Amino acid sequence: MGILDFLTQRNKNTANVAKSRLQILIQQERSMRGAPDYLPLLQRELLEVIRKYINVDSDAVKVDLHKDGDSELLDISVQLPEKPAAANG
Amino acid sequence: MAEIIVVTSGKGGVGKTTTSASLACGLARAGKKTAVIDFDVGLRNLDLIMGCERRVVYDFVNVVNGEASLKQALIKDKRFDNLHVLAASQTRDKDALTMEGVEKVLKDLGDEGFDFIVCDSPAGIEKGAFLAMYFADRAVVVVNPEVSSVRDSDRILGLLASKTKKAENGERVKEHLLLTRYSPKRVEAGDMLSIGDVQEILGLDVVGVIPESPEVLQSSNAGVPVILDEASPAGQAYTDAVARILGEERPMRFTTVEKKGFFSKMFGG
Repeated sequence: MGILDFLTQRNKNTANVAKSRLQILIQQERSMRGAPDYLPLLQRELLEVIRKYINVDSDAVKVDLHKDGDSELLDISVQLPEKPAAANG
Repeated sequence: MAEIIVVTSGKGGVGKTTTSASLACGLARAGKKTAVIDFDVGLRNLDLIMGCERRVVYDFVNVVNGEASLKQALIKDKRFDNLHVLAASQTRDKDALTMEGVEKVLKDLGDEGFDFIVCDSPAGIEKGAFLAMYFADRAVVVVNPEVSSVRDSDRILGLLASKTKKAENGERVKEHLLLTRYSPKRVEAGDMLSIGDVQEILGLDVVGVIPESPEVLQSSNAGVPVILDEASPAGQAYTDAVARILGEERPMRFTTVEKKGFFSKMFGG
């Protein structure tokens, strides 16, 4: 390994990046496991409706199905864009 | 009753067939009467890795369709008397295998006195992969320390817990994680997920770690499963993994960087 490689690669631990990306992704995929097939479509359509009125990011709508014993809870959360500080009177 | 072990992964190219061949050889070498079945209908390859490609007369689909008896289709390994290979068909008909057909072949193998049946799954999560895992008692999930392979393994673990006969009966398929193409050097450099990382992400311990080594390719070139290359790290690591699957406790080997001395550093080694 040349001295230049040594200097430029030193701080780049891509394995840690891979690990944290996988942990987030797999946790999300596991929560959707066994959930109805329509959830992704529901999420997309909700996003489209909300976007007619509010300009939200494409990942602003989260749809999660929680199981608590026998009951199931469909948890829909929408993150609204931050308002500029000066606006709003 | 034979114990059915599926070797699966979701992702292709991670070492399922290499693992199936070595696992089957290792079990046979340990004295277990073993059959290894290629479920990859249309893309037969296990015969090549086992080194019996020129002796395939009848295949799995022929047996399922009643065109050949199980005895006619089983290829006896030349190295171990108690090891038999059932090749996949080269047909392009994806529906050639049926649930009932597979069940009958597995049952007949059990009646023939086989101790272990190793099912080499095709990649993906379609019918062939589903049939390979459906009747399994145990699963060896082959995973590379790489993001797409780890993600796909998690999908497969989900399917093993829901789409198998055991799962339908409220039981669990016994799951093993087998990490292949592992490079301790790259892990140390921060370029590769470590054993601990993969175990933590998937929530499962590894039953074996196979180091990336040139002998794996050399063995498939020669049609001799790498487990039989007793001088190679990969072969020894597979031997350890088979022993662990048979219930033995063995420490992991070849998982840390070998420290090179000054001279081998200077002059290469």
